[in-house]
Amino acid sequence: MQTPLVAINCERSGGSHCIAASAGEGRGIAVSRHPDSELKQPQDNRRGVSRRGLLQSIGVTTAVGPALLEETAQAQTPAGVVGPGAVPITLTINGKPAKVSVEPRETLLDVLRNKLDLTGAKRVCDRGTCGACSVLVNGKVMYACTILAIDAQGKQITTIEGFALSGGKPHPVVTAFVNNDAQQCGYCTPGFVVAAKAFLDRNPNPTYEQVQEGLGGNLCRCGTYMGIRKAVLEAAKAMKGGTNA
Amino acid sequence: MPEYRWPEMSKRRVMGKRISRLDGVEKASGRAKYSSDLNKPGMLHGATLVCPYAHARVKSIDVSEAEKHPGVKGVHVVAPAGTEIQWAHWEVAFVAAETELAARDALKKIRVEYEVLPHVVHEADLKKVQDRAKAAGEQIEGDPDQALKEAAWVSEGFYGIPVLEHSCLEPHGNVVSWTPDNKIELNPSTQAVTSIRGDMARAVNVPVANVHVHQDHIGGGFGSKFQPDRWGVAAAELSKKAGGRPVKLFLERPVEQVIAGCRPSAYARIKLGASKDGKIILWESQSWATGGFTGGGSPPIPYVYTRIPNQRKNHWAVSTNTAPIRAWRAPNHPQASYLTCAAMEDLAAKMKLDPLELFLKNVDLTARPDTYERQLKKAAEMAEWKKLWHPRGESGKGHLKRGLGIGVCTWGGAGHDSTARCNIHPDGTVEVELGSQDLGTGTRTVIAQVAAESLGLNVNDIRVKIGDTNYPPSGTSGGSTTVGGVSTSTRKATLNALAKLFEEVAPALGAPATELEAVDGKIQVKGNPAKSLSWKAACAKLGVKTISETGQNIPRDAPKEGLNTGGVGGVQIADVTVDVETGIVKMNRLVAVQDCGTIINPKTAESQVYGACIMSICGALMEERVMDAITGRMLNNDLEFYKLAGIKDIGEILVHLEIDEANDRRGVIGLGEPPVIGGIAAIANAVANAIGVRVPLVPMTPMNVLNTLSGRMS
Repeated sequence: MQTPLVAINCERSGGSHCIAASAGEGRGIAVSRHPDSELKQPQDNRRGVSRRGLLQSIGVTTAVGPALLEETAQAQTPAGVVGPGAVPITLTINGKPAKVSVEPRETLLDVLRNKLDLTGAKRVCDRGTCGACSVLVNGKVMYACTILAIDAQGKQITTIEGFALSGGKPHPVVTAFVNNDAQQCGYCTPGFVVAAKAFLDRNPNPTYEQVQEGLGGNLCRCGTYMGIRKAVLEAAKAMKGGTNA
Repeated sequence: MPEYRWPEMSKRRVMGKRISRLDGVEKASGRAKYSSDLNKPGMLHGATLVCPYAHARVKSIDVSEAEKHPGVKGVHVVAPAGTEIQWAHWEVAFVAAETELAARDALKKIRVEYEVLPHVVHEADLKKVQDRAKAAGEQIEGDPDQALKEAAWVSEGFYGIPVLEHSCLEPHGNVVSWTPDNKIELNPSTQAVTSIRGDMARAVNVPVANVHVHQDHIGGGFGSKFQPDRWGVAAAELSKKAGGRPVKLFLERPVEQVIAGCRPSAYARIKLGASKDGKIILWESQSWATGGFTGGGSPPIPYVYTRIPNQRKNHWAVSTNTAPIRAWRAPNHPQASYLTCAAMEDLAAKMKLDPLELFLKNVDLTARPDTYERQLKKAAEMAEWKKLWHPRGESGKGHLKRGLGIGVCTWGGAGHDSTARCNIHPDGTVEVELGSQDLGTGTRTVIAQVAAESLGLNVNDIRVKIGDTNYPPSGTSGGSTTVGGVSTSTRKATLNALAKLFEEVAPALGAPATELEAVDGKIQVKGNPAKSLSWKAACAKLGVKTISETGQNIPRDAPKEGLNTGGVGGVQIADVTVDVETGIVKMNRLVAVQDCGTIINPKTAESQVYGACIMSICGALMEERVMDAITGRMLNNDLEFYKLAGIKDIGEILVHLEIDEANDRRGVIGLGEPPVIGGIAAIANAVANAIGVRVPLVPMTPMNVLNTLSGRMS
């Protein structure tokens, strides 16, 4: 009896990523593609909805919505609601508080890149597909383009800048990526390194197959997957004494 | 004049070594600054308004409300009233504002009235596009009619491969300032640091000398990033309007996917004829392709097996209301390889002949019979052809069918025009400067390896400086020409500088300059380590002088110098499993055997081949631009439904680079393009071998596979 092939080229697995605007907070749409996650909802509700439209529909629960864009609406904003204009918030990024003024519709990714000059996370698909913007939120890997900056308040946000080169010493994942030439143009690479770190934090001794599942939430156009597979196994060995490298 | 020839393979200390790319840590740690990462003081953000119609005339455009929008510093219209728009997502206007959100909001306040005109966006059915198809004229070789009569075997087939989008992860765009003193500072995302300077200068009518270009890294190009483009020029205009404040304007993904690069499609009806003994004697094809509105796209068929004695070819260029093509990694070659190799395997199937045998039997129809024979045999051995191949469709019971297939490639890859400058400073530091760029192929690293080899130093002793127009001009990175160009110019520049250093230190070593050599960090009398100076001590003899010498690769002189050359072949064999119930194709293995010349860094060279194989897998199984006939728009202009392979979709990839003395003597040859050519053909043939019928349309998605199996497509 042969088992059917899974639809690998129809629907990528999404790897370890949580796609959520407010994951685990019981508000808005929380979507996860990872089997281990506590959030198990189908992803089909994202179909046909633009990312920004999705974020705006989530924003409805805070009573803004389409009027968000109109500055004139500010006067009518009900009490307890932020926006639609810029509001000061404090984010905890790489263990330090960062004060920044953001519009409620701004994604965490755009705030990191445009306002905090943390540009390791890249804006590529801008709708939760490619993983180039991967960051850690409370230790879980997430797409920063699917998180509103205001929703990231009170959470521990770790970007690639927070761990990849601390004190001038490359993180073992970075070293393994370099050793195995797991990058070419490098634009997807920081996202892969973040995803790989998060994956290894949860799976310190992965198999080759698990690496492919775990890193399925990121895309590379140059085609560096051969090196990435080897790099993640090598990093596991270097970090925790993984034995599958 | 120094002896520029590469040292013998066995004597190389740095070249040929598996050195990790020098900018690896910088990139992998997120520190590398791409132009799209720049945040400059006073920088404005740009946004792009595009036309929603595939064919329309602009009746009026009113930007007054947009100009008044808070934060807006300028609006620049590029499609004024009267403009005839020929494809959807054509740029209409650009806005620069204090924030990206303000710029995007302002776009919504631009009022454009269009007269919508009829469009054509599909070309797969030639009958439906007749008035948009332009015949290229019949080409005849030999006597095809007679050959048809004489042929013992004739096979006919229809094959199609769609338009693909470059999908560079870093979108097209730039940061640019045009200051009141008429100077332009340009940070592009480009494959052409040197030449984009002049292109921008011409576009905005500023002296070339007033333009300075700097780029540290580029996030993918694949042939689509050579020009400043309409958006780059608009950003410069907006900067000027804003008094010289820098403007950052990169395309948003939905626009990027449509207008920033696609490759032509290719469709063909092909008839092949063979004599009783299996020699191919006839090629007849009616082929067509679209390169967008401006046409273009003509696959060089028959491919590799070009010397088929009797040929009749007709080609039509179809103009559609779609964005124009750009060069794509081996322009037209993957399409040509697919059309040719698919037709060849279909002929073999009809003859009940092992296709490997057909490919081998006809190698004399190629320009490199020895190369292809050797490579076909090697690839077959690596793919376990003897064990795993079976006659077409004889894949046993059960719904999982395994199959193997062949694809071939050829490419040039000789070096481009390149000048390098080598500075040797009195403190011993060495700089190598070129107006080149590293696309991720490892250009920085190979420059350092060549310089280190030439100067008897290590790669870490070399400061490679590229990506700036203050450095000597170097060619665009297209056509796999970079490695040949920069390695040759670097070799010459470093040896020229070394010759000067020898002159300076000769008196101290008591030997003529011509009797000195640079070995292991020392300058010494040839073969006599006892009479030596450390590199640092030798450079100290310069006093306050810096040696600065250039070296140039001039393509027409390169063949006689022997440092770089062109012309390669390659063979790929794919091994797939197809689920005939779901139509899903799974890659088991892709084998790539590649001819390569002198390899400076086997590690990064292999990465090129791996990456090319993966790009082929994407093209064979997933990628496809889907156009909507009614609206004339691209339906999948994102990365969710424009599909690329993920890490578990690629199976195993086995690469064999032909690194040996004989190959090495040919000098350096570019490797970016050749391995991306044969994969689609190989995978398509493997699918046909597995399921017993030809899936005529690439990509071989479940839909196309199931439609073929159910007879809905033929």
